[in-house]
Amino acid sequence: MASILRFRKLCYAVPLKLQSFEFSKVDQKQKVDKKEEDANVFLPAQDLLEVDDQKKKYPKQQQRKWRCIDSCCWAIGYLCTTWWLLFFLYHCFPATMPGFQVPESPGVRLKRDGLTALHPVVLVPGIVTGGLELWEGRPCSEGLFRKRLWGGSFTEIFKRPLCWLEHLSLHHETGLDPPGIRVRAVPGLVAADYFAPGYFVWAVLIENLAKIGYEGKNLYMASYDWRLSFQNTEIRDQALSRLKSKIELLCVTNGYKKVVVVPHSMGVIYFLHFLKWVETPPPMGGGGGPGWCAKHIKSVVNIGPAFLGVPKAVSSIFSAEGKDVAYLRAMAPGLLDSEILGLQTLEHVLRVSRTWDSVVSLLPKGGETIWGDLDWSPEEGHACQLVKKGNFQCSPNDNYTDAMRGFQIKETEKYGRIISFGKEESQLPSSQIPILNSKELLHGSATETVNSSCRGVWTEYDEMDRESFRKIAENKVYTSKTILDLLRFVAPKTMQRAETHFSHGIADNLDDPKYEHYKYWSNPLETKLPDAADMEIYCLYGVGIPTERSYVYKLSPNDKCKSIPFRIDTSADGDQNSCLKGGVYFVDGDESVPVLSAGFMCAKGWRGRTRFNPSGTATYIREYQHKPPASLLEGRGLESGAHVDIMGNVALIEDVLRVAAGASGSEIGGDRIYSDILRMSERINLRL
Amino acid sequence: MSLIRRRKQNETSRPTRSDPSSIDKEDDNKKKIPAKDQNAEEIALKKLRKWSCIDSCCWLIGSICVTWWFLLFLYNAIPASFNQYVTEAITGPVPDPPGVKLKKEGLTVKHPVVFVPGIVTGGLELWEGHQCAEGLFRKRLWGGTFGEVYKRPLCWVEHMSLDNETGLDPSGIRVRPVSGLVAADYFAPGYFVWAVLIANLARIGYEEKTMSMAAYDWRISFQNTEVRDQTLSRIKSNIELMVATNGGNKAVIIPHSMGVLYFLHFMKWVEAPAPMGGGGGPDWCAKHIKTVMNIGGPFLGVPKAVGGLFSAEAKDIAVIRATAPGFLDNDIFRLQTLQHVMRMTRTWDSTMSMLPKGGDTIWGGLDWSPEEGYTPSKRKQRNNDTQIANEDESEVVASQRKHVNFGRIISFGKDIAEAPSSQIDMIDFRGAVKGNSVANNTCRDVWTEYHEMGYEGIKAVAEYKAYTAESILDLLHFVAPKLMARGSAHFSYGIADNLDDPKYRHYKYWSNPLETTLPNAPDMEIFSMYGVGIPTERAYVYKLTPSADCYIPFQIDTSADDDDTPLKDGVYAVDGDETVPVLSAGFMCAKGWRGKTRFNPSGIRTYLREYEHSPPANLLEGRGTQSGAHVDIMGNFQLIEDIIRVAAGARGEDLGGDQVHSDIFKMSEKINLQL
Repeated sequence: MASILRFRKLCYAVPLKLQSFEFSKVDQKQKVDKKEEDANVFLPAQDLLEVDDQKKKYPKQQQRKWRCIDSCCWAIGYLCTTWWLLFFLYHCFPATMPGFQVPESPGVRLKRDGLTALHPVVLVPGIVTGGLELWEGRPCSEGLFRKRLWGGSFTEIFKRPLCWLEHLSLHHETGLDPPGIRVRAVPGLVAADYFAPGYFVWAVLIENLAKIGYEGKNLYMASYDWRLSFQNTEIRDQALSRLKSKIELLCVTNGYKKVVVVPHSMGVIYFLHFLKWVETPPPMGGGGGPGWCAKHIKSVVNIGPAFLGVPKAVSSIFSAEGKDVAYLRAMAPGLLDSEILGLQTLEHVLRVSRTWDSVVSLLPKGGETIWGDLDWSPEEGHACQLVKKGNFQCSPNDNYTDAMRGFQIKETEKYGRIISFGKEESQLPSSQIPILNSKELLHGSATETVNSSCRGVWTEYDEMDRESFRKIAENKVYTSKTILDLLRFVAPKTMQRAETHFSHGIADNLDDPKYEHYKYWSNPLETKLPDAADMEIYCLYGVGIPTERSYVYKLSPNDKCKSIPFRIDTSADGDQNSCLKGGVYFVDGDESVPVLSAGFMCAKGWRGRTRFNPSGTATYIREYQHKPPASLLEGRGLESGAHVDIMGNVALIEDVLRVAAGASGSEIGGDRIYSDILRMSERINLRL
Repeated sequence: MSLIRRRKQNETSRPTRSDPSSIDKEDDNKKKIPAKDQNAEEIALKKLRKWSCIDSCCWLIGSICVTWWFLLFLYNAIPASFNQYVTEAITGPVPDPPGVKLKKEGLTVKHPVVFVPGIVTGGLELWEGHQCAEGLFRKRLWGGTFGEVYKRPLCWVEHMSLDNETGLDPSGIRVRPVSGLVAADYFAPGYFVWAVLIANLARIGYEEKTMSMAAYDWRISFQNTEVRDQTLSRIKSNIELMVATNGGNKAVIIPHSMGVLYFLHFMKWVEAPAPMGGGGGPDWCAKHIKTVMNIGGPFLGVPKAVGGLFSAEAKDIAVIRATAPGFLDNDIFRLQTLQHVMRMTRTWDSTMSMLPKGGDTIWGGLDWSPEEGYTPSKRKQRNNDTQIANEDESEVVASQRKHVNFGRIISFGKDIAEAPSSQIDMIDFRGAVKGNSVANNTCRDVWTEYHEMGYEGIKAVAEYKAYTAESILDLLHFVAPKLMARGSAHFSYGIADNLDDPKYRHYKYWSNPLETTLPNAPDMEIFSMYGVGIPTERAYVYKLTPSADCYIPFQIDTSADDDDTPLKDGVYAVDGDETVPVLSAGFMCAKGWRGKTRFNPSGIRTYLREYEHSPPANLLEGRGTQSGAHVDIMGNFQLIEDIIRVAAGARGEDLGGDQVHSDIFKMSEKINLQL
């Protein structure tokens, strides 16, 4: 209110200024008047005084600078006007320009084919993409009640970064809310339709579903707080109960049609957890009874599933960096660790993300059986094939013909070594690597040398001494099994907390009563699928994009206490045909999830009647070859295979729509495979 | 004068320096003028003139922009609590918001809370539309900024209208309610509806899992929300879920305005057997609902709805008409705003749920109405309410013995409104022949049913002179046959003689408290919370529109004013919350349901909570913390406190039972209704 008043006052001032300005112009033209004015200099003194009184607003100095301010205003005025004009023109344009042919959206086409909404659809968003809003906060978050902290425009990061971080962190002991702070998931479709303005996640899919008749009553977004461990979403928010009740309601109100569930990314393992939870008797489970899934779920259409985890999760817990951060570091060294600005961005990120239990759910599962050991990995199966593939993946700009020549690389990449210290170690045969027993690490002296000069940024690294850093680095290589020991050592609290909620092994005997505990529910290798023979499980994911698989690390040069002691060695580049680039080994995948993790369960683990799939639920693999957008106008592409952009892939949307409208897996064409997933799966020696 | 001269002096010293630069600049910008011109001075001067015009425009815009940005920056830079500091500096310390205060008392979440928004306040978004609505997918058509109303008004009207035959979606258009708390927390940016209440509940620990908004499409009839969207089923499932996930604590329901009727309908629906009902069984309400806290509930309808349906105008519009005559019916702009609004609102079945119910028994006959008590003190107070509300009520005593016939909800002419009934010469309109359509096609395509009535019909309507709550229904049947035909399948306005009559099992009676029984839930409590102390529309003086052709043929006679009676601008006002008269909001809780009556066989306890309106002390207070107005009451601290206490477990007696400021009990006594 006050500001409006002030503005009005200024409005009055503006015409006055303008007036004076106009006069000056007129003056210049009419130089004839000069004399008269000269005469006016000798006005009576009284008069002058009066004038002075009136003119306090315009001191002489301002008048002298007039030109400068004036031209500034003038320039801004021009800018504004042209901007508005362009804006206006832009709005006048019809949404579809005549020259530019917009491809028909799959929804419209399928509607013409006669598809209509049949099965209710439940969307399960993944990690990071769901919005979070504030319900209760510290004084520093004044005015943010029910405003989005995560998702949306993220303006608060810039306005009050520390406050923002504080509110997004969870409690370090419990993995739940810190006292006095309640941050909750945004409910409804708005939770994850757009992540940021203009950056769609589910919006395109929703729009296409709406075209064939979906709306609020048969379309539901099962948003949950993606920072929590899955069981905690039930304990704190009753998210699983809500999901159960919603699915039941959707069934009932849509003529007892079963539900099509569409989870994405981490939502896939969240929903896996739900499938077990809902049939387990209370208090641990939802008490839906053994036939619940068979009765309520038609198919689970997993998009970009991270069934067996992603190697990216390792590096983000270990050193809060992925490929992107590592590149950034290589390009502008020192920016992220800039001491001058006192930012310590990465340290903050590390600290906050280590309070999020859900990240642990994404660690590679299945150990060396799945992810390979020191000398072996499923991806490097058939040498020439793999080389060809690898080559293709590592330099997506090369075209197929180039790759077809089939380079022979002497030594295959050792993807099984998820973290190696130094490039050589990542390539040496295992016999030449000095291996310390990883258990030793855990027994290593973790003498606390907390340096209080380390400012406020607390990471668990501060509690470790340099000696243990050196030990870690001396161990040289870590496979997906030893990586867990490593993480337990460097992030003891995180892992301790999270491992009561998640497990990363392979079950020997699935009937062992210990597997009734909820910590195994989200690991497909330690649970059985529900008894639902009519259910269908789809694995839809993109291929053809290099995806992080293993890392070359080094110790940080600076020995100061504040920084993270390890970082990706961005100088480690392989030769032209190597998949090593910027310290990261790449394989085929959708940029986040390697093919192995996304496809293995559908390709082998659950295919047919296995011990993980006792009722023989049908599985289908649908891969989508990545094609970058042809032009800028296409935005993020209609045929993208990238982890999130795939939600705008027309082929994927068509598949989802067809399934929702009642088609079965064989009707949409069964498997559709571009990658080597079947061969990779063959190489994995897993008892089924 | 001296001011100007003085400035000129200063300027004269400058030109030699500044002129060339400015000319150069201009040359660069315009690129029209050859720079080589030798005879620069005169041409430059000419250009200078041209320059100064465009330039000063731009300069003006620029400086406005800059100041605007600057202010915006300042505004963003000041802490959010700045406003509060200023307010405190002016009016002294502001009391803690009720949420904070009660948290200090140790109140915490107990019962889950369900909000039921009223008419108009809920957001609607587009799911499927015609060509003209391109790009509006899942954007709000109703609520929010209403940007589309200005951009493409006809398209907007088309999409907001429903099918005139079925009262459901027109083909190819799907407009659906926004779901979640965002549906009705703010109606437009900055105009709160539920937001303040939500914020205060959140203080004592409420969040999404314990608080939900039962958003529904408020345009369609109550049963149709179930038929089309399964909204009632969703509310049922949601309440069941919330009760189950909150340790079996029953839900507290907070309906507002029309939501009150909607929830009344829900309570009958949920216990009725499928397929017409929800099949929850006869004790569903007893098992799941703790309290129903009705805010500003139009249990017995509102007279405003009559004005809205009859001529698409209410007090507000009538006032606009009076102050700027011709603006709304402006032919030059081809707007015909009112006709469009009328055509649109007449497709909304829900407006009919708000027509006055209970006929003459409740709303008064030609000579009688419950409001016009016999005691002078009562009249005096009412009078006060109709003048500006804060006047001292002691002075004017019994000077006006003038009889006000509130029962005549519509009268044609002020004299008719005041004359004793014996002097009114009523000519029955019901048999009147509707003339052939006078609607020549020049009326552009704005369709209202008046065009089909013909002049005879219109005249017949006017000659009946005065309409009471009962004959008003006949009138509406006459002037809007399609609407009423559709509506009477969904709503009923009578009083039941025998509630056990099996016909009352039909859903059309469920939202009328006078034709249904409350559920069998002796532990439940019903609150009626509403504001008092604001003049509220009760009866109208109408006239025929002078030009009867393409216009709505009737309009409120804004010239009808009377200093002695609460007649102002053609509208008789009584005490209420600006929309709902006290009678409608309070009667059921004061008498109809009080104790064990035939409408309330299980003896559910009822409580009246009235909130005296006092306008905000200064502008900084916004819409006030003690307001009693229909929507603003949602920010009333006292009301919020009551709600929070109940949500945290208090019962009616703990709050202090009834809190009555108005004459509701006296009015109720005057109503002769078999209980």
